[in-house]
Amino acid sequence: MSRKETDKITGVETTGHEWDGIKELNNPLPRWWLWTLYATIVWSIGYTIAYPAWPLIKGATSGLLGYSTRGEVAQNIAAVEEANAALTAQLAAVDLATLEADPELNRFATAGGAAVFRTNCSQCHGSGAAGALGYPNLLDDDWLWGGDIEAIAYTVRHGIRNEADPDARWSQMPAFGELLEKEEIAALVAHVQQISGQDHDAALAGQGAELYLDNCSSCHGENGTGDREQGAPNLTDAIWLYGGDAEALEYTIRNARFGIMPPWTPRLSDAEINAVAAYVHQLGGGE
Amino acid sequence: MASDTPPPLYAPREPIFPRRVNGFFRKFKWWIMIVTLGIYYLTPWIRWDRGPALPDQAVLVDLAGRRFYFFWIEIWPHEFYFVAGLLIMAGLGLFLFTSALGRVWCGYACPQTVWTDLFILVERWIEGDRNARIRLWKADWDARKWRLRITKWAVWLLIAVATGGAWVFYFADAPTLARDIFTLNAAPVAYATIAILTATTFIFGGFMREQVCIYMCPWPRIQGAMMDSGTLTVGYRHWRGEPRGKHRKGARAAAELRQATPYSVAEKDLPSDDTGQMGDCIDCMACVNVCPMGIDIRDGQQMECITCALCIDACDDVMAKIGKPRGLIDYLALDDEPPLVPGDLAAVRPMGTEATAGGATATVPVAGRVADVPQAGDQPVVTRRATDWTPKPLWKHILRPRTIVYSVLWSLIGVGLIWALFVRSDIGLTVEPVRNPTFITLSDGSVRNAYAVRLRNMTGEDRQFRLLITSDAPLTISLEGADDTVTVPAQETLQQRVYVVAAPGSVPANSDLTDLRIWVEDSETGARASRETTFNGKGE
Ligand code: SF4
Ligand code: SF4
Repeated sequence: MSRKETDKITGVETTGHEWDGIKELNNPLPRWWLWTLYATIVWSIGYTIAYPAWPLIKGATSGLLGYSTRGEVAQNIAAVEEANAALTAQLAAVDLATLEADPELNRFATAGGAAVFRTNCSQCHGSGAAGALGYPNLLDDDWLWGGDIEAIAYTVRHGIRNEADPDARWSQMPAFGELLEKEEIAALVAHVQQISGQDHDAALAGQGAELYLDNCSSCHGENGTGDREQGAPNLTDAIWLYGGDAEALEYTIRNARFGIMPPWTPRLSDAEINAVAAYVHQLGGGE
Repeated sequence: MASDTPPPLYAPREPIFPRRVNGFFRKFKWWIMIVTLGIYYLTPWIRWDRGPALPDQAVLVDLAGRRFYFFWIEIWPHEFYFVAGLLIMAGLGLFLFTSALGRVWCGYACPQTVWTDLFILVERWIEGDRNARIRLWKADWDARKWRLRITKWAVWLLIAVATGGAWVFYFADAPTLARDIFTLNAAPVAYATIAILTATTFIFGGFMREQVCIYMCPWPRIQGAMMDSGTLTVGYRHWRGEPRGKHRKGARAAAELRQATPYSVAEKDLPSDDTGQMGDCIDCMACVNVCPMGIDIRDGQQMECITCALCIDACDDVMAKIGKPRGLIDYLALDDEPPLVPGDLAAVRPMGTEATAGGATATVPVAGRVADVPQAGDQPVVTRRATDWTPKPLWKHILRPRTIVYSVLWSLIGVGLIWALFVRSDIGLTVEPVRNPTFITLSDGSVRNAYAVRLRNMTGEDRQFRLLITSDAPLTISLEGADDTVTVPAQETLQQRVYVVAAPGSVPANSDLTDLRIWVEDSETGARASRETTFNGKGE
């Protein structure tokens, strides 16, 4: 404080700081400003007592109010569940065939089903339910085991080729590599190409027709339109779970395919299974 | 160098006791107060019939329902740009008013000013005018002081509660909420809001007053940057008022000095002292005593001044009493000050407070300032006011390129908003292509895209909409769970999955992208809306 400077116009001492000729006056702060500082300090002490704050070796003080963000989330979830309890109970007991007649319950089911799907189903079927090689696309109009809402719910509940559940959908295609000659398999491939409307070798396909009747028609049907009782795919349409070109077809016939899906009871509740069935049903392929 | 004790870091508030004042601006401000407070307190109670489905409160912010109702206008959340537009207009409006009239917002319309004014009015009714209040302030805390103080605080508190109370009525049906509040059935947030606003009104209007303007509010800082030397603001014509003081003997010298600084300006810029000895300011302190900010406007423009114009009224009153023209304190701009020109040599001390001429000592008018003109020898040069100079007329201060640009921008946005208000559709349609996956193949080989369509019905009645598409390519539309018509309940938004299909082998099925347009049509009125989107094919 050796050199004090006073501003001529106001008569107030300056701080000595200067910016482009503008000097800062050293005016006192109002005293209440100081009080607000003290008030915030008092408040912050109270706050750290009331709320989790001080770090300890493990964790932190939990605060007198016992507040935690996790607890708040749990509370919010509980509150929502309570608010939805009636609808959830209704959904668990609903006759799925009549679900669409109740728009409110249907909306609740599809919205909840979307969440169930994203958490449990999207790993295989994709977040957009478009499936992948070996994992059925749930958006299209082709269903292996049936596409009405009850069939979907049944599949979800029991799974596919699930050994633990005698009610699960089950079928097994033989691996024809051990049963048929190489040429015979080539002929079968040509036949399947023919009935699915692809380019094919007509002579080979003719041979394949007979082989087909002997070996395949019991499951895939005489015309190749499949059989939902056995989850046997329709071979005449444009949809191929494992690919429809000659190479893929040959591999399938030779080695067979054995796709499995886990059962979702008891992991999902009845209401959740109904919800996800309703969701899948309204994705565009539902029957 | 003075003593080494640093100035104090903190200073207590100096109490201010504004005196009652009468005059044009005071009357104007009373009217503004009545109108603004009236609007604030009464608006929530105005009813407006919108049919049975919608609230009948004219102005309502429905936070839960996400709607803002303003008489015949109804704003949805997706129309928030109206609010943005209004905020931009408010900003530009502030630029405009501040560049033309300084802190006119602060002085007349700011809630802090209006409520403080009201609180001071109450204070005066209960405790008396300035002198009585000063006496009371100094008095001991006896029964009378307690009685007056408690009465005053009680009335303030009543006003504060009413203020906080009125606020919540903008957010719910006012009559219902009022009943709930009195029967203690209202939501806790309503009581909390009332409590907080009551506390702030009580404290800011009763005790903080000018402290809010000086230390808490950012407006003055912003406004200071928007003013220029042509901005009209409350100021003191020091060239007419000085030297101030009661007429007394020995003031001749000053008068002589004044002769050297003749004015050729408007009547109200002329010193009209008959004796020709003194400036017009009689140093009665009326302007200081009425000032709610506790400052002396004669010191020049200060950051504390809210341009409430009460000092103009006070001084005009004094001028009338001593028979001089009004306007010693007035709305004027910095460049209304008559300029200084170099004048004669005179025996005055530069820029000083005192000058000696003819044996007498007098305060040198600021007009005697010498700083900005070259000095001749030892003798400082007395400067004088330009003689051939008149201040700009009022309208030229207001109508300047700057204010015109602000006004034009302001009106453009205003017109744009009004236009948007009239052309806005009461159908809201968004079409969001589902891109996960981009397309799927159906059993028969056709290619299908899905779209998430949101349809908003902004009217008060249920409406039926038919969905259609137009495209150059052969595409067909179908809806999830419906034929081609959907019903959207009043005031609701419907989410509908829509499919567009291209036949197997068709051009759109095999090409990359195909343009299409999804339409909705009100089955009854035929009102339409549409959105353009694209169809994804296999893209061979
Ligand atoms: S009210 Fe007018 S005359 Fe009185 S002190 Fe103020 S400026 Fe001077
Ligand atoms: S100086 Fe005048 S205009 Fe400014 S705040 Fe005080 S009374 Fe109001």
